[in-house]
Amino acid sequence: MARVVVDVMLKPEILDPQGQAVQRALPRLGFTGISDVRQGKRFELELEGPVDDAALARIREAAETFLANTVIEDFTVRVEEDGK
Amino acid sequence: MTTRVGVVTFPGSLDDRDARRAVRLAGAEPVALWHRDKDLHQVDAVVLPGGFSYGDYLRCGAISRFSPVMETVIEQARQGMPVLGICNGFQVLCESHLLPGALTRNDSLHFVCRDQKLRIENNGSAWTRDYTPGQEIVVPLKNGEGRFVADERVLDELEAEGRVVARYLDVNPNGSYRDIAGITNAAGNVVGLMPHPEHAVEPLTGPTTEGLGFFTSVLKQLVNA
Repeated sequence: MARVVVDVMLKPEILDPQGQAVQRALPRLGFTGISDVRQGKRFELELEGPVDDAALARIREAAETFLANTVIEDFTVRVEEDGK
Repeated sequence: MTTRVGVVTFPGSLDDRDARRAVRLAGAEPVALWHRDKDLHQVDAVVLPGGFSYGDYLRCGAISRFSPVMETVIEQARQGMPVLGICNGFQVLCESHLLPGALTRNDSLHFVCRDQKLRIENNGSAWTRDYTPGQEIVVPLKNGEGRFVADERVLDELEAEGRVVARYLDVNPNGSYRDIAGITNAAGNVVGLMPHPEHAVEPLTGPTTEGLGFFTSVLKQLVNA
């Protein structure tokens, strides 16, 4: 079994009001020195078979068409090795 | 022959009944469509209603967009069938790429519910021909993720081609770029609107009856087609 992680983030030019609200709350809680917060999504995909180029290509396609809305979001795909 | 207007019910749709009622008051026959049924039952137009389809999971409209009924709606919309997406329906249309841009979290982060003044900017679409350009109307608005965003190039294109159908007046309730409340595709048959005209069709329950024009517009469009 292998795990592939897809991270989805709003594009830098898209306002992230949720991230801003988190950032504003941090100093109130004593967590200072944080100048910006962006909030995103993480998907953990467990694969039945091996993580080969074909499998990764399919996952990129799924990320592009479904997991992310590429009008407003960017995504990254990475393989998580065992024990990490 | 009576014009048949389908209203899709997704799991989590809220305003499908009100939309069917608005269709009836406008003089057409409302037809309930089910998200798992690809068959549109010979309707002449389709309304995608407001609500929280699939619990807004993943992104608003992202899962509905891949439902069986949407396969046919997307195919027919590309061939010219009138489609109106209200609120969650607008989100579904953007996720389907039938309309450009996207709808994101309100800049205030608050869910906003108010009677909203709008200006109808374009009466050339299938759903706005009963209005006059520049006409001001008041209809309810209620959304948490209604902030219309698109890149500058797309916004300029929408403006240049007269594809901004309605704009917020007095108050921009959600931070939508250029006060955009609704847009249409290039052909004018697909319209997405964040406010709710289907809640402004009767004096008893709406702030006005000025929302009815969207539904009477499509009837005229279909009769003249």
